[in-house]
Order: sequence, then structure tokens, then C-alpha cells
Amino acid sequence: MTISFPELKRRSTDAWQAVRGSRRPTILVGTATCGRSVGALEVLEALRQEVHSRRLDTALVEVGCTGLCYAEPLVSITKPPRPGVCYGNVTPEKARELVERYLVHDDPLPEDALGTIGAGRIEGIPRLVETPVLKPQVRSTLRNCGFIDPTRIEDYVAHDGYSGLARALEIGPQRIIDELKRSGLRGRGGAGFPTWRKWQFCREAPGAAKYVICNGSEGDPGTFSNKLLLESDPHSVLEGMLIAACAIGAERGYVYCPAEYPLALERLQLALAQMERCGLLGERILGSSFDFRITIKEGAGAYVCGEETALLECIEGRRGVPRLRPPFPPTSGLWGLPTVINNVETLACVALILGRGAEWFAELGRGQSEGTKLFCLSGNVKRSGVIEAPFGTTLREIVEGMGGGTCDGKPLKAVHIGGPGGGCLPPSALDTAADQESLLPLGASLGSGGVVVIDADACMVDIARNSLEFARRECCGQCVPCRLGTKQMLDVLTDISQGRGRTDDLELLAELAHGVKLGSLCGLGQTAANTLLSTMRYFPDDYRAHIDGKTCPTAACTAAGGDGGSLPLSRLNPGDRGCRTTA
Amino acid sequence: MNEHLEKILTEYEGRPKEVIPLLQEVQAALGHLPREAMLAIARFTGVPESRVYGVASFYGQFPFRPLGKRHIRVCRGISCHVRGASRILQAMERHLGIREGETTPDLEYSLDTVACLGTCGLAPCVAAGEKVEARMTPEKVAEYLAKDRRR
Repeated sequence: MTISFPELKRRSTDAWQAVRGSRRPTILVGTATCGRSVGALEVLEALRQEVHSRRLDTALVEVGCTGLCYAEPLVSITKPPRPGVCYGNVTPEKARELVERYLVHDDPLPEDALGTIGAGRIEGIPRLVETPVLKPQVRSTLRNCGFIDPTRIEDYVAHDGYSGLARALEIGPQRIIDELKRSGLRGRGGAGFPTWRKWQFCREAPGAAKYVICNGSEGDPGTFSNKLLLESDPHSVLEGMLIAACAIGAERGYVYCPAEYPLALERLQLALAQMERCGLLGERILGSSFDFRITIKEGAGAYVCGEETALLECIEGRRGVPRLRPPFPPTSGLWGLPTVINNVETLACVALILGRGAEWFAELGRGQSEGTKLFCLSGNVKRSGVIEAPFGTTLREIVEGMGGGTCDGKPLKAVHIGGPGGGCLPPSALDTAADQESLLPLGASLGSGGVVVIDADACMVDIARNSLEFARRECCGQCVPCRLGTKQMLDVLTDISQGRGRTDDLELLAELAHGVKLGSLCGLGQTAANTLLSTMRYFPDDYRAHIDGKTCPTAACTAAGGDGGSLPLSRLNPGDRGCRTTA
Repeated sequence: MNEHLEKILTEYEGRPKEVIPLLQEVQAALGHLPREAMLAIARFTGVPESRVYGVASFYGQFPFRPLGKRHIRVCRGISCHVRGASRILQAMERHLGIREGETTPDLEYSLDTVACLGTCGLAPCVAAGEKVEARMTPEKVAEYLAKDRRR
């Protein structure tokens, strides 16, 4: 059954109004993985029981994640005509109290509220968008997250969802690509390649069939924005895939999602079934001549499969080792056929660009890159979570402004940005703009947007070890310099951290780092030593203390040693793995 | 195992690209990958045995020996690391009486670390099965294990 887009939109809007547009109160509970990990399902159950036992006429709706991880679990209660009120750190007990005090007795408990949502004011509660964490944000990619019910396609369509696809089908392949070109969109996965160019190559490449792949292999430790999008607004990503397919002439697509994200996989499966039901997948999509099908590929636990050619190997059923390039995937990808591989966030941007126009998107940016970027803020930071800010926002605005600084008020020591291939910057670099052009000269990179705040308790030799241990474990083994070099660097660092460092070790590390970078085929090896090099560059004192003084100067090690001063490394047990175990 | 395997194979065509989904299905059904299953998958898909083993040993998802009923994974990603993940791991090791990578003799628990669970904003975190538990502390470990056992 094919229905037209205006008809689909009308039905969806009606369905949305029926649940969320009525005059009865609504309770929203964020039940994405992050919420669930701190008890959101228990909160939901408590609310359900309370609403049921009091026979309240209230809609109880599960939504995704707003990105305010630090305040999970989140509950919002709307009592028309007043604005909604968002509460953070809700426990089952607090949830019952909220029902009794606000829904029954009309006291919105301002002291427990984070902020109000929507038009209107409530005495004593700030507007949520005016709070420090949200005020600087530009929420476009995240517009639906934590607001719509991600298990209902109607919610997405009612909020302009699939209007980008409808427009794409109208204007046709070349004008889609032109629109992307004008928008300036570049890949959000780390490499920053212009998306339109990738699509143009693929469109022009000869091939019996073409493929679109959504790369959801978010393996970088410290990044979780792709997961948030897939769990909280899966259709925005899938819409981007359809637009890509329409532009390059593909009939088949794959979503690659790691097995570590079971809820994202579940939401994707549901979303695909709904799309099929609404005529958005299969043959003659929305009554056009465009056919497209999507298969979900579950990752099997290999970080390197986030590298696009390794991902292709994995889908083809082999060990996920990167391919030699050229040829690049747009001309020879899956099964040797032209393939576009885009990151989750990039595809979500595509849907917005087609829906709202290239000019709108380009104006969102600041500095040298267009649009907004999702940053994953974590570590020793007060307000952790996913934030969306224009490119060019400074690290200070992210860490101190939206993040609120370090969590216990301890001095900031470093900001690790860009995932394992990124680097550690000192507090003096906080005024740097968070974009690739500004970060690269400093020895860091934007990567996929991970920002880890590190306070004065941390030992930077230990941070470098953590990063290299990751690279050593995740190295696919194909390139010898990466396979042996990461191990060698880790061994030298371990020696340093255990008080066996020699004066020429830093030179040796720099030399090894150089060799691994030059001799590796893919990004994993090429960037494996970046965190190490940046810590050596900005925190030489930490290294000197270990090598010359044979001490680990951090408070963490002191606490383990218990003598109120620096911990002599000779006192570590021989079996200990350096300062890591005492951290 | 044979009946499990036969049932799984009937839903596939026997093509080389099906190796990973087949390994995943066997893994989901049995909790690990026995040698016989890998040999059967090799025969079924026509992929050499060495290559099936090469694929299975490459990916982190496929243990070759049975794991405990509860597979506890402690995140060692950088966000969890700076929030004290190694102390969580130590507490787990102490409470379970096993080291990282080991399984209790009664096959109740296996303990591993993972590169990242993607719940970095609420670090440190651990996972058992599909359920992630965040904002862990070494003090919460005993309670967590007890709660998990009741479940």
C-alpha cells in the first residue's frame, strides 16, 4: 500500500495530537541506555503504579535521551496549560512524590526541578533552555532527542520527519548533491571529508549495483553520541540513508551497529518495520520510482571495523582488516561495487539539510566549518553528557560553560579530545576552537567529538598507557609497525610508570611513535601515539617525575601509598601494573 | 549442540558472507563457540576451516570456552578510567575471587574488561549481559553482585 507524503504527515500529526496534544497531563521518562543504567525503568514502573493506583488520567510516555547524562534519570511532567517541568536524578521514591505533590496537589516542587520546557513560566523554576548547560547549545541534530517517542514513527513524521526525503525525491539526484555541496557538510566521523564529494564520486562510478552504509561502529572510548541518536531518534539517521541512496542510485543499504548497543539495534529493527509499513522502504517509496531496502549488520566486537574498509570486510564475512587504498569505497566498496559509507551523525545532518535547506545549515556554523557538532562530554566534569554546539565553539565554553568545570572543584589538569587518536591539551589551550583546523596544530584532533575532562588527580603517564593499551588490544595485526610498535610503546610506558624508566626513553618513544604513524595503513595506527605524544609535549613534568624521581606525583597514587607525599614507585608490588592499579 | 546448530543452519543459504551472522547465532544460542560448530559452519559455507577460525578469533564477541551464567564486563574506556574503573575491577576481582579474563569454577560468573560501553557520561560503568549499570563505586560492587544474583 502506498500513501502520499502529505497523507502520511496528516495521519502522523493526528496520532501525535491524540497522545501529546490533549489537555490531560503528560509524564515523559527518558529510558535510553544511559537512563536505564541508573534506574530509569524502575522510575517508570513506580510512576506507572502510582498513576494507576490513583486512577489519574495521565499519559505516560517513554522518550529517548536529551543528552543531560549527569542528571539521569530524567522525568518531565506537563500539566496544561502550564509548561512542562523537567526533574533530574529521579528515584522511584521521588517519582511517587512528584505524582502526589504535582499531579494531585499542584505543587511543582521548584526545588527539585531542572527547568521548564515550552512556552509560559512557573514561579521559581528557570526555563530549561536558559540554564548554563543548554543556553549555548544549538539543538538541530538533537532536536527530537528526549522529546519524541523513538519507538513511534508518527512522532518523527509529525515533526517534519521524512520531509527531507520527500524533497529529495522531488528534486532528484544531482540537485540533492548540489544542495549538500552548498551546505558545506563534512563527515562527522573524524576524517571530515566533504560529504557531497563522496556522493558525487559514487554517483558517477560505474557499477551494476551501489550501496549505502551507515557506519554506527562508535568504538572510540569516550564517545556516545551515535548511540544517543540511534536510540533516541533512529528515523533521522535512516532518512539520511534514504536520501543518500536516492542521490547515488543505490537499492540496498546496511546499518552497521555494534553488538554493544543492544537497545540501538532493537530500535533500528523496529524503525525499519515501521518504515516498511508506511511505504518508506521497499518498492516505489512514497509513490516514486525509488526502491530501497536496508539490512542491519550487527558488529562482532572489533574497534577497527569503524574504519570503513575494515567494516566492508566484516560485512563480507571476513576478518575486519583495512584494505589498501585506492580504490576508495565510492568507486569500489562492498563486493567491489560503488559504496557510500557515512557516519550516523552525518546522515542525521543530511536529513536536516534536505528538509530545511543548505543555507539554514551553513549558517549554524562558526569559524571554518558549517553546521553543528555533537560533543560527548565525560570524565571528571560536573555536567557530563552529549551537547550540540556550532563548530568553532571553544573548549572553555564546552568544559567550563556547558560542562560546569570539574566535578569536585579540583583543578583541571587536561582535556582529552578526539578519542584514542586525539590528544590531551593543557588548561592553557582552553580557548582553542573545537574544530579540526584549530586542534590539529596543537597535536589533538576533533575525531568523533569525545571530550574527556581530566582533573589534577590523574597521572598523564597513566592516561597515555590507557590509550596505548587500547591501541595495542584493538590493532588488527595487519601492519607490522602498528602491531609491534604499539606493544613496544606500551612496554616502555609501563617501565616508566613502574619506576624503571631510563633517561633516553622519551626519545625512544618519539621515534617509535613516528615509525608507527608512517608505517600504518589505517587511522588506528596512524593516530595510535597521538595521546602519548601530546602528554609528552604538554606534561613533561609527569614523565620526569617517573623517570628521574621514580615517583608518581599524583594524589591518586599518594592515596594508595597513604604517606601524604609522593609515592615512591619502588614501593609498588612487583605484580602491579604500574600506577594504573593504584589510581 | 547439534540440534541447535542444525536449526540455525536451515535459516541460511550457505554463502561465505554468512560466516559472521552464523557465528553470532551459535554464540547467542550456546554462549560460546565450540570447535565442532566452527567446523560445521566451514562445511556449510564452503569457507576453509582455517579462515572460519581466523574470523572467529579476530572478533571479541566469540569466546571459545563456556562463560559463566553472568558475564560481567568492566569498562576500561578513558572516561571510566579517570573515574576509577581500575578500583571497580579490583573490587570485582576481590568479590568474585577471580581475575580479569577468568570464570568462577561453578560457572556462575565470568569477569572481563571491555574497551568502552558507551555510557561514558555516567562513568564508571559495568555490564552484565545487556544491562549496563552506571555510576559504580567499589562500595557498590557487593550490592550489585547480590542484586544481580537475585535477578
